[in-house]
Amino acid sequence: MTGYLLRRLAFLVVSLVLASIVLFVLLRMLPGDPANALTSVGASPEQIAAARHSIGSDRPLPEQFTHWIGQLATGDLGTSFVSSLPVGPEVVQRLSVTVPLTLSAFVLAVLIAVPAGFVAAHKRRTWYGALLSGVSQLGIAVPVFWLGMILVVVFALNAGWLPSGGFPQDGWSDPAQAIRSLVLPVVTIALVMSASLIRYVRSATLDVLDSDYLRTSRALGSSFGQAMWRHGLRNASVPVISILGIELASTLLGAVVVESVFALPGLGSLLATGIAQHDYPVIQGVLFVSTLAVLLIGFAADLVQRAIDPRLRGRLSGGAR
Amino acid sequence: MNLPKKPLSAGVLTVALAVTLAACGGSGGNNNSSGGGAYDKNATVNIGSLYEPQNLDNTAGGGQGVTEALNGNVYEGLFKLTDDGKVDKLLARDYKVSPDGLTYTFTLRDGVKFHSGKALTSKDVKYSLEKVIAPDSQSARKSNLEVIKTIDTPDAQTVKVTLKQKSISFVYNLSYVWIINDQAKNLKTSEDGTGPYKLNKWTRGSALSLDRFAGYWGTATTNKQAVFHYYKDATALNNALLTNAVDVVTSEQSPDALDQFKSNQNYKVTDGNSTTKLLLAFNDKAKPFTDVKVRQAVSSAIDDKKLLESVWGGYGKQIGSMVPPTDPWYEDLTKVNAYDTAKAKKLLKEAGYEKGFSFTLDTPNYDPHPTAATFIKSQLAKVGITVKINTITPDEWYTKVYKNHDFTATLQEHVNDRDVVWYGNPDFYWGYDNKQVTQWVADAEKASTTQAQTELLKKVNRKTAEDAASDWLYLYPQIVVASSKVSGYPLNGLNSQFFAYDIKKG
Repeated sequence: MTGYLLRRLAFLVVSLVLASIVLFVLLRMLPGDPANALTSVGASPEQIAAARHSIGSDRPLPEQFTHWIGQLATGDLGTSFVSSLPVGPEVVQRLSVTVPLTLSAFVLAVLIAVPAGFVAAHKRRTWYGALLSGVSQLGIAVPVFWLGMILVVVFALNAGWLPSGGFPQDGWSDPAQAIRSLVLPVVTIALVMSASLIRYVRSATLDVLDSDYLRTSRALGSSFGQAMWRHGLRNASVPVISILGIELASTLLGAVVVESVFALPGLGSLLATGIAQHDYPVIQGVLFVSTLAVLLIGFAADLVQRAIDPRLRGRLSGGAR
Repeated sequence: MNLPKKPLSAGVLTVALAVTLAACGGSGGNNNSSGGGAYDKNATVNIGSLYEPQNLDNTAGGGQGVTEALNGNVYEGLFKLTDDGKVDKLLARDYKVSPDGLTYTFTLRDGVKFHSGKALTSKDVKYSLEKVIAPDSQSARKSNLEVIKTIDTPDAQTVKVTLKQKSISFVYNLSYVWIINDQAKNLKTSEDGTGPYKLNKWTRGSALSLDRFAGYWGTATTNKQAVFHYYKDATALNNALLTNAVDVVTSEQSPDALDQFKSNQNYKVTDGNSTTKLLLAFNDKAKPFTDVKVRQAVSSAIDDKKLLESVWGGYGKQIGSMVPPTDPWYEDLTKVNAYDTAKAKKLLKEAGYEKGFSFTLDTPNYDPHPTAATFIKSQLAKVGITVKINTITPDEWYTKVYKNHDFTATLQEHVNDRDVVWYGNPDFYWGYDNKQVTQWVADAEKASTTQAQTELLKKVNRKTAEDAASDWLYLYPQIVVASSKVSGYPLNGLNSQFFAYDIKKG
């Protein structure tokens, strides 16, 4: 197990280094000049050169890269070209919105999808089982921004129960207000996420229901509940956990649409602003942190799967990716 | 540099800002919404905006959002612009101009303090002016103020500026220059101005809050706190207004949403003056637009009124030239090259394009440009001209069109007041080169009286309109929507300035 952990850790570090190189190079290959965000349209060539110099984008690429890596090694994500604010604290501040948003949505989605998916599979021949499958099919087709807007109209504009968007400027210093701002976005993401999760849970459950071991277990005298609990659940959860890991990781940055609809200052909107302004330190910072998060989530999913399924323990990595 | 150049807008460079209207200045908000009566002196006024500052320094690429939030609120100039485009004294108590028009002597107001507590002296003014014309300055006013030769500070209350040559717009340009404490540091993320508010906190991506400054030299603000809330999405902004999360929206950008506010007595919708023009800019140095007749033909073939109607409903104005009604040299020139397809066909025939021609229209990828491009395409098809729409990002526009002049025609919004003078610069991106116009513009800046200046710029206005130097499609509306509980907000804030100090909340 220690060997496995060490290898997995080495894999993580190598992935991070590779990702940071790819990130840095790809960003510089994009057309456009970060100095453009700082200059006004009447800018003279001297003004443009001065802008480049002030942010250091006129220096050779290898120098810029070693500078960035050097900063990273000391835990510093650099300073935004455009706002001059340090990137690290800003990413942390954005994470204080995005992490609670993503995690709550994720938990809520799982709470909806697991029972619903199970029922949809187990009772697939009943009307409500079929209805659940149908609704989840429909749910996948619903664009997240549309659902968000509908929820705003119903619960914020008409009922007036919740704010239509925004996040308190003082963040979590008033937790009640912060939570109120997150309710609608969380429900929006959770509903859309659970629609696709229901389908995965349903198909994993169907596989298990048709399996020989379940039939054998029943034949040996277990009740359906016992058989499911002892054998079914374990087997069904392995593929579902892979999907959960991927969903969680993609929601971290994928929440950008929801953040825009609800005017939330999250990580995704920071990335979008950074890209529009060619603000390399911000883009690199956000993507580096999210890469790290994705790798860690993958790692965690892997560990959970190995804990559940002993057959995976002989391999370097499970089916997390 | 004697050409009084004005920027289009710092905003055209990023998608977030490009959608915007305002200049790096605009004119002031004296013409406030009426109202008043009982109000809460300790209220917090929540202001909704689509234009977040990029940073807090207007000489380092802060963009128009920084002007909106900080101009007049946190920072003050020697002068300020009133709503009708006139210049009022602000931190300058008085000033004298030498008979040759080259030396300006400013006397500063007494008892002015910076937010840090330091008293304002002539040294701060010198520092602030030098900051704008410094080599690394990104100020949109840099080229205007390079006419400054020397700045002397004979005593703490007096500033003497000598110019290289006469510049009638000098005092006007000074209204764009913030007076900053010469000891201030980190101006991109903090401030030290003399305005009625001091910065409380800027949370990027979310909000910027201003608190009443107790040591202000003038009349105190009518509210305790003004918070600018920033939105990326116009619908989210409107929803915030509908749920009372914000009290006023600085500039409404979604005409579809206006009906819900107009029909609701809890809101007030006002249509003020704007200086933002939507241009179909020809490259006057590229065929076939080198030919005046072709430009006139295209201008006559497009029904501007119908375009304005389809984009803005009943709002906005038709405009016949680069000059908006608030500029002193405005004349109604909508009749010049007005919509007339028969005339367009005739002109094309005379120019040798009886069978029409085709050209590429470089179209910025954000509203309203794509809509306008499609409209123009269908209009020009009726006179035999084929338009190929090439959609580009603001960044590409800047490099391809603005820097390299590599285009045939393009669409762009020009936000500033007094920007007809760009037609006097043959090197500007649209390549309009008329020696006489260049001379008029140069003479206007060196004029001794505003009357002489106005006369010359009227000539520029007429000539460029007759030449169809560009096709000025329409003037944007400036719509402020507010809760009926608030009053005293600027109506013609011309987007970039939004003086919050007189806003009263009942």
